[in-house]
Parts: sequence; C-alpha cells; structure tokens
Amino acid sequence: MSTSVGEWRQHYLNAGYSVRSWLLTTDHKRIAILYLASITLFFLLGGVLAGLLRLELLTPHGDLVQAETYNKLFTLHGITMIFFFLIPSIPAVLGNFLVPMMIGARDLAFPRLNLASWYVYVLGGSFTIVAAVTGGVDTGWTFYTPYSSTYANTNVILTALGVFITGFSSILTGLNFIVTIHKMRAPGLTWSRLPLFIWAHYATSLIMVLGTPVLAVTILLVALERGLGIGIFDPVLGGDPVLFQHLFWFYSHPAVYIMILPSMGVVSELIACFSRKRIFGYNVVAFSSLMIAALGFLVWGHHMFVSSQSMYAGMIFSLLSFLVAIPSAIKVFNWTATLYKGSIAYQTPMLYAFGFIGLFTIGGLTGLFLATLAVDVHVHDTYFVVAHFHYIMVGGAIMGYLGGLHFWWPKMTGRMYPEGWARVAAAILFVGFNLTFFPQFILGFLGMPRRYHVYPPEWQILNVLSSAGASILGVGYLLPVIYLLWSLRYGAIAGPNPWGATGLEWQTPSPPPTDNFEKTPVVTEEAYAYSLPEASRG
Amino acid sequence: MAEHPSTLAHQFDDVEQQHEASNLGMWVFLITEIMFFGGVFTLFTVYVSAYPEAFAQGSGHLDLALGTVNTAVLLGSSFTMAMAVRSAQTGRRNGQVVYLLLTMFLGLVFLGIKAVEYLHKFEQHLVPGPNFSFASPLAKNVQLFFSFYFAMTGLHALHMIVGVGILAVLLVQAWRGRYTADYCTPVEVSGLYWHFVDIVWIFLFPFLYLVARHAT
Amino acid sequence: MTHNIVPSRIYLRVFVALLLLTAITVGASFYDLGGGRLHYLNAIVAMTIAVSKATLVVLYFMHVRYSSRLTWVFVGAGVFWLMILIVLTLSDVFTRHWIPVFPPWGSTGPR
Repeated sequence: MSTSVGEWRQHYLNAGYSVRSWLLTTDHKRIAILYLASITLFFLLGGVLAGLLRLELLTPHGDLVQAETYNKLFTLHGITMIFFFLIPSIPAVLGNFLVPMMIGARDLAFPRLNLASWYVYVLGGSFTIVAAVTGGVDTGWTFYTPYSSTYANTNVILTALGVFITGFSSILTGLNFIVTIHKMRAPGLTWSRLPLFIWAHYATSLIMVLGTPVLAVTILLVALERGLGIGIFDPVLGGDPVLFQHLFWFYSHPAVYIMILPSMGVVSELIACFSRKRIFGYNVVAFSSLMIAALGFLVWGHHMFVSSQSMYAGMIFSLLSFLVAIPSAIKVFNWTATLYKGSIAYQTPMLYAFGFIGLFTIGGLTGLFLATLAVDVHVHDTYFVVAHFHYIMVGGAIMGYLGGLHFWWPKMTGRMYPEGWARVAAAILFVGFNLTFFPQFILGFLGMPRRYHVYPPEWQILNVLSSAGASILGVGYLLPVIYLLWSLRYGAIAGPNPWGATGLEWQTPSPPPTDNFEKTPVVTEEAYAYSLPEASRG
Repeated sequence: MAEHPSTLAHQFDDVEQQHEASNLGMWVFLITEIMFFGGVFTLFTVYVSAYPEAFAQGSGHLDLALGTVNTAVLLGSSFTMAMAVRSAQTGRRNGQVVYLLLTMFLGLVFLGIKAVEYLHKFEQHLVPGPNFSFASPLAKNVQLFFSFYFAMTGLHALHMIVGVGILAVLLVQAWRGRYTADYCTPVEVSGLYWHFVDIVWIFLFPFLYLVARHAT
Repeated sequence: MTHNIVPSRIYLRVFVALLLLTAITVGASFYDLGGGRLHYLNAIVAMTIAVSKATLVVLYFMHVRYSSRLTWVFVGAGVFWLMILIVLTLSDVFTRHWIPVFPPWGSTGPR
C-alpha cells in the first residue's frame, strides 16, 4: 500500500509541522528522530576531536597542540563518543522507534518519560559543551581520582555533572523498554516469538537500569569532593582512589555491553532478512543476550589489573572475563550458521552486518588477550587497548548502527537511500577503519602508550598509516550524512516492506501512522518465518 | 471494574495494564535507587572496616537521641503512607487527605530534625573542609567519616524533599477527589517511593549512628 | 496486586514491630558483643535487624507479599546486584595483603 506522489496520507511525520509539535511530542517515533539529530551532532563533534588527535599523532613530536590540550582533546573525544553517541545511539534512535512497533503497541509504556529522557540528554550534553568551550577537562573519560577530585584544574565539576545528568536519560530509556516489553506485547506475542532485536534491547535495558546509578553516585561524589571538600577519595584523609575505580568500572564495563548488545540485536535482524532464514539457535541467541548482561557485571576488575588491586581478585576477574566471551562467541557462531544455505543478498545493511561479524570477532578475541593477567601487564594503557575497543565500538557497534539505520530508513522516512552510494560508503568505511586501527594493535604491542601525544620516531610509519585511515573514515562517515539527507527529498518512495522482511514493523505503512497500527495485530507465528527460496521482496 | 477513559492513557489497552505497567515502572526505578545508594554504602563498608576506631569516634559525635527519634518518625510516616494508600484503595477521600497530611507532616519533622543536627555539626566544626577540626590523632579519618555522613544523609534528605513535594501534589489531587477505588495508581506508586526512602534510612541509621557506643 | 487491600491492623502490627526492632538495635549498640577490632558481632546484629525491618516494610507496606512473581524477581534482582557490587569490591580490598609486595632492589625483604 505505497503512497503515490499524488495521494496524501497522514503519518507521524506530517501529523503536525510546528516546532511545538516536535518539541512537545510524546510520539516515540518523533522522539527517535529528535535523538537521531542530537546524537549525529555529537558524533560529528567526537569525530572532529578524533581528527585533531590523529593529526597531532602524524609526527612524533608535540607540534600541533600542547600536552595539556591533547589531554583535553582525548578526554572530550571519549566522553562525547561514549556518553553522547554510543550509549544512546541504537536504543534511543532505533530502539525508541522500533520497540513499540515490533511488539505491536501504540507507543512505549511511558511516552512523557521518553520525551523527558531526550530533554535530560540535551541538558547533560549542554553542560558538557559548556565545559568544553570554557576550558575543557583533561582527566580522561575515566575521571580517575585523586587527579579528578583534587589535583586537576580543569572543568571537572561541569563535565561530571553533565555525565551525571545524562545518565538519567539512559535510565529512563531502559526503564521504559523494560516495562513496555513486559506489559505491552500484542496478543499472541509470547517471549519466544519476540524478534532478537527486542531481546537485545531488553538485556541492554537491564544493564542501563542496574549499572548507570552506580556511575551516577560515583561521579556525583567526585563533583562533591571537588566542590564541597567532602573527601571520599582523598588519600590525605585515608581515602582509597582505587575505590573510585571499582565503582566507576562497575558501570563502565557493563556500559560497553550497553553499546554492543543493541548492535547485536540489529545484526540478528539483518542476517535473518538477508539470508531469508530464521536465526539459527534462536533460543540460545536470546539467552546469550541475557547472559552477556548478567556476566558483564562480574568482570569490571579487568580494567584494574595493574591498579594495585589484589592479585587474587584479579585472577577471579580474569576468569570471569573469559567466561563472558562465550555468549558473544555463541552469537557469532549462530549468525554464521544462519548464513549457511541461506539465500544471501548483499544490500548495504547486509554489508554492515558482515563487517560487524568480522570486526567484532577480532575485537572480541583481542579482548581475551587483555583479560589474560600477564599479557595485560604488558599492553595495559597502550594502543593495543585502544585498538581493541575501537574494533568493538566502531567496527562492531557503529557498523551495526549504520546497518540498522539503512535497513529501517525506508520505514522511518518512507524513502529509500541510494544503494550505490551506500555500498561505496560502506566499503570506504571498512577500508578506512582497518587502516586506522589495525596498526594500533601493533603499536600497542610495541609499547606505545595511549593518551600520549609524542612517541619515538621509529613508530611514525604506523601512526601515519593510522592517521591516513582516519581521514578515509571521515569521508566514509560524511557520505551517509549527505545521501541520507538527500534521500529525504529525492529518494525513491518506499512501500511498507521494501525488504520483504518479517516483523510487525513491516506490516504497517512507511512512514507509520502516529498510532503505528490500524488495529492491534495478533501474532500467530514465530519470529523470522521466512520460507526459502521463493520469498518475494518488495 | 468500570473503565475511566479520562484516567486511561492512550497507549494502554485497559486500566489493568496501565496499573501493572505503572507498578512495574516504579519498581524498576526503585532498583536504580538501590544501586545508587548502594554505591555509597559499598564505599562506607570498605572504609569502616579499614578505620573502625576513627569511624567509631566520628559516629560517637552524632546525636543518637535525635537519630533514634528520626527513625521512629520516618517509620511512622511509612505507616501513615500505607494507610493513605489503603484509603485510596477503598475510595475514602477523607482518609486519604488525613493520612497524606500526616505523612507530609512527619516527613517535614524528619527534615527539621535533620536540619538541627546539621546545624550542630556546623557549630562543632565537624563539617568536612577547611573548618573541620577534631581533637584526636585520627582526625583525618574522622573527617572521612563525616564526609560520608553528609553525603549519605544529604542525598537521603534530597530524596525526602522530592517525596514531600510528591505528597503535596497527591494531597491536592486527593482533596479534589481524583483517587478512587478504580484509579489510585499514583498514590500506590508514590507510596512505594516513600517506603523506599524509609528503607534507605533504616540502613543509614545503624551504619552511621550505631558504629560506636559500646560501653567500654 | 490490583487492590489487595491489607487490613489496617496488619499495618499497625508491622509498625509496632518496626519500633520494637529499632529499640532493640539501639539498645544492643550499647554493649560490646565481640568481634575484635571491627566489632563485627555488633555489626552483624545491627545488619540483621536492619534487614528484618527492611523486609517488613517491603513485604507489607510495599505489598510485595501480595504481589506478582515478576515483582519478586525485580526486587530480588536489585538486592542481588547490590550484593555483587559489595562482595566483589570487598574481595579486592580484603585480599590485597595476602600477597606480599616486594620493594625495589636494595631494601630488605617483603613488607
């Protein structure tokens, strides 16, 4: 039931054109678009900062910026990318848009809380921007005490408050998803019929809700220590700075699962659609999401192996870190098994899914190196770590995000993106990404520390390769911004289901009406009920 | 149960779903609060085992009588809140108003006593910072104790203030007769919040006030 | 839990129990029950009483006694997750001195 150019149909985008109708909306789809705009802005900011870092690292000497400035650049890069891009990205954009639709609901359980979460995000982001332009902060995104609480003379309090506030955005989103998924599924939609995207977001929401408050209280205590002299981490009073690290990483390790789980959910949807097959081992994949969420809370000490943490605790954390790799590996195996004898199509979303599987695997395996106590002593705080987490966050999470954005773009906007340009961008991203980050594994192993703006000249070649890759990455990221915006006006009109995918979100027009469905759907079959090989597309 | 469309939000299919969702939502929020306060409690536990004498000295300088009275006051407010919820569930408007008022009153008494305690600490130079002074070789660690005292009771008091604000809103609505046996969800979930804030104090009290006081 | 209406007398009994437990915990704090430097027997008594009070509030005032299994799971999960934070953090702090730290060359033996 596609809309030809002449007909006019009311949907969520044209249900009101005023600024007020957008800024006071409670429609989860509009809120998703609001988030899309804001996180894209922060992504571009984080990208510019990364560009500056890589520019400095072209030469072994500190000739572009001073050391203190460099510290501020990487701090802000980390804070922006983690708290204001990666953590909200898929849940706040794709999750907000799709969770109610995939379960056949009219909206999330608490639409006004949803809007509040966006405003909270914007408020927290504003604090951070103000902190950045009025002098920046140089503690690293990890805010380690006692530097952050006592000795730094940069805008720690402002930034800490910004992060504190933004945490509530995350909590509200997670709370909303948990209640929605429990209480608002359409008739017939049992837990075992849910798309894996929903399972992934449910697990992510559990992490958001259980972990973020600990970061909130910790960062608040740092701000109080600086502002009011309430010295909880101050060694002069007998405080233990390592305790800050415990509480910080108790959240920040599960946070990385907040960043990757939704992406894994997207990949499950993409693999199923573009192989026209049910995901192999659906139950195990769903369970793995929960296992990652649970086990992810037991491993935080692997960030602290050389912090003077007890070696016995280190051993326990190391063992648990090995265990948490298992559910991730299970997912990779199951996706691969899904591909086997599938009818594979290579549209852009699938290209991103392939990129995810390969790069996430490399990132995950290198995580195991880091989880090994003895190896970590050598590579901790080197570029090895930097490469590891960028493989997962950029090669994994962001590719999943882009794959999902392309896949659901026709649903969200009623327009198709230009497939040719999209494939080119995906290829550019893949090449640029590997060129940027693979040399960093080598640099780290050779001993180049992270967060340094100078290095011995014999490492310049690897750094130049990395910086060259970064410029290619920059191009690769700009392309989608351009052609996706272009497609809003000139893209081909999309029907309700251009991919021939299963899932309730495809049973309604593109873009969807404000209340999502004419009437509440009733679900009678399992997820991914594709039939090979004659399933039609479009 | 009769449907009240004006109190049924459009995303829900029926009042039952809305009620269950609101309840679950408040519990999920309370879990975040458990982890929030839990973080500080974890830190406190580490430090009290590292510096038992200093923390005992610090704890000894808290006003046990006021702390105990406050505990009783807050427990009483939980009782009146439970009765307020019950009045809403049984559709008794007067009961709601009376019990909500009592709860608010007790909450304000708690905050008042807290303010008095804070004032005393200020006068005794026990507020961490440049004016802190404590006659003991363990003074530095005692300052650590008082950092916790102010951080923990301060955060708790903030939550109480929010709670009193919520009660004020409920009071106005209850006075207007908005809560009946068919729709009292806001009172119920607010009750959950209030009880939780009480539970935090149930743990704060022994952690902070009862570390010391042994008959030597 | 739609309108599981708890009789007032139950609330009253719980309230009285809470006050009694408070009196007991304050009274107990005046005696040294043992546990060496950390006075941990005192701490155990105080914690047990606090947990009992909290349990009464959760079960009766917050109606969890009459709530769905889903609510129990969420309440239990919250408590359990807090335990993870406390136990694993303490596992570091309490075992740090199990392995001697060797000072640099030139000084005499492990600390």
